[in-house]
Amino acid sequence: MKASNALWTEKLAGQMPEDLAREIEIFENEISLRKQGKMDERVFAETRLRRGAYGQRYDNGQRHDGKKVQEIAYPSGTLTKGPNTLWDAPGMQRIKIPAGGLKGAQLETLAELAEEYSDGIAHITTRQDIQLHYVHIDDTPAMMRRLAAAGITTREACGNAVRNVTACPLAGVCRDEAFDITPYSRALSKFLLGHPDCQNFGRKFKPSFSGCAQHACGLASMHDLGLVAVKRVESGVEKRGFQMYVGGGLGAVPYQAKLFDAFVPPEELLPLAQAIARVFARLGEKKNRNRARLKFLVHDLGIEKFRELVLEERRNLPHDHRWTEYIETAGAEAERPLRAPGLVPEATSPDFQRWLTTNTRPQKQEGYVIVTVALPLGDITAHQLRALADIVRRYTKETVRTTVEQNFVIRWVSGADLANLYRDLHAAGLAAPGAGTIVDIVSCPGTDTCKLGISSSRGLAAELRRRLGEKSFEQDAAVQNLHIKISGCFNSCGQHHVADLGFYGVSRKMAGYAVPHFQVVLGGEWDSNAGSYGLPVVAVPSKNIPEVVTRLTDRYVAAREIGESFREFIARIGKAEVRKLLDDLTRPPADSSDRSFFRDWNDPREYSLGDLGVGECAGEVVSSADFGLAAAERQVFEAQLALEGGDFAAAWQTAYQSMLEAAKALVRSELADLADDPDEIVQEFRARFYDTQKFFDPFVGGKFAHYLFAAHRHAAALPTPEKARHLIEEAQLFIEASHNCYNRLATPVSV
Amino acid sequence: MDLQHVNAKLLVRDAEAVDVERVIPVFHGWIQERTLEEILLDVADYRHVPAGPGVILIGHEANYSLDDAGYRLGVRYNRKAPLEGSAQDRLEQATRAALRACNLLENDSRLEGKIRFDGRNLELSVNDRLLASNNDATREALEPEIRVFCARLFAGKEYSLDYDREPRRLFSVAVKASEAFTSDALLRNLAS
Repeated sequence: MKASNALWTEKLAGQMPEDLAREIEIFENEISLRKQGKMDERVFAETRLRRGAYGQRYDNGQRHDGKKVQEIAYPSGTLTKGPNTLWDAPGMQRIKIPAGGLKGAQLETLAELAEEYSDGIAHITTRQDIQLHYVHIDDTPAMMRRLAAAGITTREACGNAVRNVTACPLAGVCRDEAFDITPYSRALSKFLLGHPDCQNFGRKFKPSFSGCAQHACGLASMHDLGLVAVKRVESGVEKRGFQMYVGGGLGAVPYQAKLFDAFVPPEELLPLAQAIARVFARLGEKKNRNRARLKFLVHDLGIEKFRELVLEERRNLPHDHRWTEYIETAGAEAERPLRAPGLVPEATSPDFQRWLTTNTRPQKQEGYVIVTVALPLGDITAHQLRALADIVRRYTKETVRTTVEQNFVIRWVSGADLANLYRDLHAAGLAAPGAGTIVDIVSCPGTDTCKLGISSSRGLAAELRRRLGEKSFEQDAAVQNLHIKISGCFNSCGQHHVADLGFYGVSRKMAGYAVPHFQVVLGGEWDSNAGSYGLPVVAVPSKNIPEVVTRLTDRYVAAREIGESFREFIARIGKAEVRKLLDDLTRPPADSSDRSFFRDWNDPREYSLGDLGVGECAGEVVSSADFGLAAAERQVFEAQLALEGGDFAAAWQTAYQSMLEAAKALVRSELADLADDPDEIVQEFRARFYDTQKFFDPFVGGKFAHYLFAAHRHAAALPTPEKARHLIEEAQLFIEASHNCYNRLATPVSV
Repeated sequence: MDLQHVNAKLLVRDAEAVDVERVIPVFHGWIQERTLEEILLDVADYRHVPAGPGVILIGHEANYSLDDAGYRLGVRYNRKAPLEGSAQDRLEQATRAALRACNLLENDSRLEGKIRFDGRNLELSVNDRLLASNNDATREALEPEIRVFCARLFAGKEYSLDYDREPRRLFSVAVKASEAFTSDALLRNLAS
């Protein structure tokens, strides 16, 4: 689209690393081949994904405008950049930021790109990446060249590849870390980038580093490869190493990573990662992408067998000098201060005091402070990026890091400079207080731009932020420190499983209309590297979620025991009590003329108007299906109660029964005489809804039906607690999919 | 100089009284009713960002927004697709599009007349640093074009130009008319 695109190659000649320049040239050629029809759209889709060029909502050329589905008549017509993805449709460009580390000049480059190719906003993701939205595919090579000249690559930012290597943003300055993991994370990132052993995965592979076990910064438990820094003494000598975890991941059904090795010395870090990649590439699922993450391979093999295979692979690896050559100089690139240490000043205003309280913390180096720049919804403007570049030049050696909470941190700030730094941040609109508190809400893009979004996660986050912001500093301290995380669908990009209050988008039908909802997820733990995962309790209409937050936090303040965390409080009162507390909020308002209930946050369009039910005949079927699906929801909740009570066998059986109930509800809409026999239910469900693909989700196909089939095959199993928990998650998703299937079938075709 | 990707922003008066949220359904309505000739795609809400792009109507050829960059609220037209024609054609296209959008907002009953062009202040910028770096060479090359265009726009009345000289920013000039015009009047001037 940009008239200058072709000029950047010459302009930046010699300024880009050769390998990146060649890589971008190849991509540009692939764009030409695709335009000429000489490259298959599926192959092109994967190749662009591996360069971080992602699809975006409405890229199939259709958009529901609140009244009808409109066709978008792009100039390039039917040319596609992937299956069902039109060429001209704007996309998202993900930019990898290893360990979240950026320099001032790189911030300026990102500012330029946000302005010239996107909508003026750079968005920080929950994996320390930067994303630009509404980007035209024709602009991506020029954009990549400008990034490469600034030392940044988008290579393998998406696709079935090693994604951004994330790391604790406090590495090197945190008082609780074992040691600075920065050089190790950078070495792993560089080593695995484009590595031949990492090109044949069935799905993505996400590594992460943490400097300690107790905090959340690295989130090691929810990564494919999680590394936690540890030290131990051998023969009187203190040695560095890593606890290595494998097979963690959120997604629809979250898995806690398993301990692979309690102490991996630095010289074994890269070769072991390479061996894991090889085993994953060789044995990981390829055909069914819904079972293709490493977590499934580890689960299916068991950690012992997986370890055995990896160690065997390790023994057979040809030596690579890169495994260890970085170690000798590992400390040389450590960040150093620009300014002399100093004392933190007395606050001169209430605003400054609030900011000092929530957005700063002392470094382990005396006289220096870590400053968090809290970004609303992870968004920052081009102007602010330039201002931030100026600030980090003024007060530090030009460095800054992104965080998984969608913020920036500035490290090595002299305490004596804090007042001036605050003044400069304030002038740039970057001095919002509340970092890491209940107002610092994390959200994925949701229905704003994501193709998979069901509900408006950003709209809800903005609304909660506004409401909580008004009173956060009057709230109880324990409430202030809670974490809210929101995903627009079950895929967990907003990390809702590891929040105190997690929400993910679903839809329900009420009074004949689809209504945006969020599942309320409770019991998650952010600390201890995402130490435990929450479970969904109940689905509540989007517009009632602020009241959910108010009721839960009010009850916590009123009824908590001394020192009791929110997670412990929820566990003590039990999910049945929570459900009772929220029960009235699950229903639509008595006054159905209030149409705002049928719209999502910050979106005036009637939510999925095409879901309007048809006719009285369909109405009867709808009632029957509704009844069955409600029963299924009740059962899966009872399964949770059984899990909560430690009765894992009952949890397993009840979750399985809830899936049967949902399947039965669908089948009975076509076959009223269906018996209660599980074999017959599954058989009829398979024939009528799976084989016909009626049950298939537009994006994940028949994934959720497989949960039912697997549960039916293993109905008599004796489950472990972990397996029971997984089945409950799967049952919840199967029921959601049944709701969606039923909504689709009851919907007249949109025009 | 190949002048492309022109941005035109018309500042609005009484910015403190404008509730930016109310423009969201208006922009959605423009998509529903295909109010403009360009391909309109979606509405992006960035009200949570201080001095940010506000609310954007995302299009294929261009974005329209009620933009608060620099804490100066205004109706912005951001041309994305290249245009044929002369520099005058491109300046006119962007300014006319911004004026038309502003005029629609001024006359939309849902906004109750709260959004009004302030009558004097227009910002022109070029959203492409390679074609138009923010330096003296660009200023020297473009000023004659801008002056010819402004003479037409303001029907020969006086105006001033104030360049943004921060080299990292886009080439940008604030144009201030010596007397107030309505959006209708400026559209008529461009049509004559």
